[in-house]
Amino acid sequence: MNIVVCIKRVPDTAARIRVTPGGGIDASGVKYVISPYDEFALEAALRVKEAAGSGTVTALSVGDAASAEQLRAALAMGADDAVLLQGEVGMDGLATARAIADEIGERRPDLVLFGMKAVDGDQQQVGLMTAELAGLPAVSVAASVEVEDGKAVCHREAEGSIEVLEVPLPAVVTITKGEHEPRYPSLKGIMAAKRKPLAEKAAALGDGRITVRDLSEPAARPEGRIVGEGAAAVPELVRLLREEAKVL
Amino acid sequence: MSNVLAVIEVKDGAPRRVANEVVTAARALADGLGGEVHALIVSGGGASPDALGAHGADVVYECADDSLAEYQAEGYTQAVAGFLDGRDYAAVLFGATSQGKDLAPRVAGRLRLPLASDVTGLEVADGDVVATRPVYAGKAIARVHIDASPALVSVRPNVFTPVEARRPGAVETVEARVDPSAWKVRRREVLGGSGDRPDVGEAPIVVSGGRGMQDPANWGMLEELRDALGPSASLGASRAVVDAGWRPHAEQVGQTGKTVSPQLYFAVGISGAIQHLAGMRTAGTIVAINKDPDAPIFKVADYGVVGDAFEVLPRLAEEIRRARAG
Repeated sequence: MNIVVCIKRVPDTAARIRVTPGGGIDASGVKYVISPYDEFALEAALRVKEAAGSGTVTALSVGDAASAEQLRAALAMGADDAVLLQGEVGMDGLATARAIADEIGERRPDLVLFGMKAVDGDQQQVGLMTAELAGLPAVSVAASVEVEDGKAVCHREAEGSIEVLEVPLPAVVTITKGEHEPRYPSLKGIMAAKRKPLAEKAAALGDGRITVRDLSEPAARPEGRIVGEGAAAVPELVRLLREEAKVL
Repeated sequence: MSNVLAVIEVKDGAPRRVANEVVTAARALADGLGGEVHALIVSGGGASPDALGAHGADVVYECADDSLAEYQAEGYTQAVAGFLDGRDYAAVLFGATSQGKDLAPRVAGRLRLPLASDVTGLEVADGDVVATRPVYAGKAIARVHIDASPALVSVRPNVFTPVEARRPGAVETVEARVDPSAWKVRRREVLGGSGDRPDVGEAPIVVSGGRGMQDPANWGMLEELRDALGPSASLGASRAVVDAGWRPHAEQVGQTGKTVSPQLYFAVGISGAIQHLAGMRTAGTIVAINKDPDAPIFKVADYGVVGDAFEVLPRLAEEIRRARAG
C-alpha cells in the first residue's frame, strides 16, 4: 500500500494576518504549520498503511524551500519519505495540481490523500483537480477512509448525513477531520526524521492564470452596540432585528 | 463571447435557493460584458425553472437523464463538461455549496481551466473577470484576475442577494452527455441525518454555540432558537466545543471549519477567538450573547446582550416566534 499525502505550509490559524504595503503578508512573528486538514490526511494515511501492514507513506509538498520544515514534521509523525516540489505557489490551484499530477504520474501510488482544503487560500480545489489531471477517481471531504479488497471505502459528510462511498484504487481522497486526531511525533520519530529521505526538485507548475491584483485587510465592521443586559434586553433586540436590521 | 453560464443546483426537483443568487451574480457579470445569461440544470428531469428567468436567465438549458436524478460527482462532471464542449462562455458560475465545492473543481480540472472558489464579489475589468475572495478564512481579502475563457468561479452562498430582473428564461432541452459505465465511485449507503436543514456554510441564518453553553445537554435551547427562526436556520459551533466532542465538526465555524456569510448570525457563549471571528465576520448582522462584557465577540457584533445565555435564550426564542407570527 503506497500512499502519497499532500501537505501545505501555512500560517498557524491563531496568527493574525498583516498585509504589507506591497500586497503580500508579513511573515515576521508568524508561526507556520502543516495545514490542519493536511495533518488529518497524514493521520489517515498512516492508519491506512498500519492497517495494511506494509507499504510507504510519502509526504509531498509544493512550495518554497521553507516547506522542508513541514515535511520534516510529517516524517517525524511517521511518513517514510518526503518530496518537496519547489516553486512559487500562487492562487491558481490548477498550476499546483499540475505539479502534483506530474509527480503522481511518476510514482503511481495506490492512494493519494489531501486535506479537503488548505486554510490559507481556502480554495478547496487542488485535490479534485489533481485527480482529474491524473485521470484518477476521487472522493472529497471524507471523514474516514479504509482500504479493503483494492477499494477505498470512505464516509463522506454531506448535508447532515453520511454517504458511504467506495472507489477502486488507485484513487484520490480529500480528508476532513472525522476521528483523525493527529498523533504527536515521538522523540524517536523526531530523531528518525532527520535520517529519512527528503528529495527536492523543481515543481512543474506552468503558468498560473489566476493572479492576485491586490490583497487587503478586511474593513472593520461598523461599531456595534450593547442592547442591554439579560433577558430584559430581548424585546429591544428583537425590535432592532426587525425594524433596523430587517432580518426577521 | 460574452455570455455567462449559471450552473443551477437542484434539490427535490426544484432549483435551490442558491440558484437565484448564482443567476443574479451571472446577470450582473453578463450586463458588464454585454452578454446573455444561460442557466444549466443538470437533473433527473422535471425541475421547475420558473424563478431563473425572473432573476435574469435569458435561456434555461435542461440537461436531464435518469442517471442524474441524484448528485453523482462523475456524472455531473461529465454532464457539465459535455455541455461546455463546443460552447463559448466568458464565465461559468457555480454556487459554492457542498455540492458546488465538489463539482466545480472537477469540471475545472477536466477542462484544464483555473477556478476562483468561494468568491464574494465579481467585476469586469478591461473585458476580463476579476473576483474578490476572502483568504485565510477572511483575515485578508484578495482581488484576483482570471486569465482564462471561460473564467470558472464559485460564488459564496448568501452574499449575492437575489435581484428581480425578468428575462424570457425560455427552456431548451439538451442531451446529457454521460456514460455511467465510466463512473467508478459507488454509493453503498447513506447513514443517519435527515438533512432537512441547510449546511451551516449555506444557511442564511446561523445559531452558534460555544463554551459558554457549559454542557452539550444545553443545546436544546439553541435548537429552540433555531426552530423559532424558521426552516432556513442552522446550528453552528465554536472550535472549542467541537474539540471537546460536544458537537460534530460539520457544524464548526471558523478557519478550521466553515467560513460563513449568513444574513443573520447568533454567537451564543462564544468569546470570539481570532480564527472564529475570521470565519463569520462577513455575516450581514451579528448578534452576540455573552456573560463577559469584554469578550472580543462584542467588537464584531452589531447587537450585543450581556448576560446569562440560559436566561436570554428562552425569552429570545419566544419573542422571535411571536415577531415572526405577527
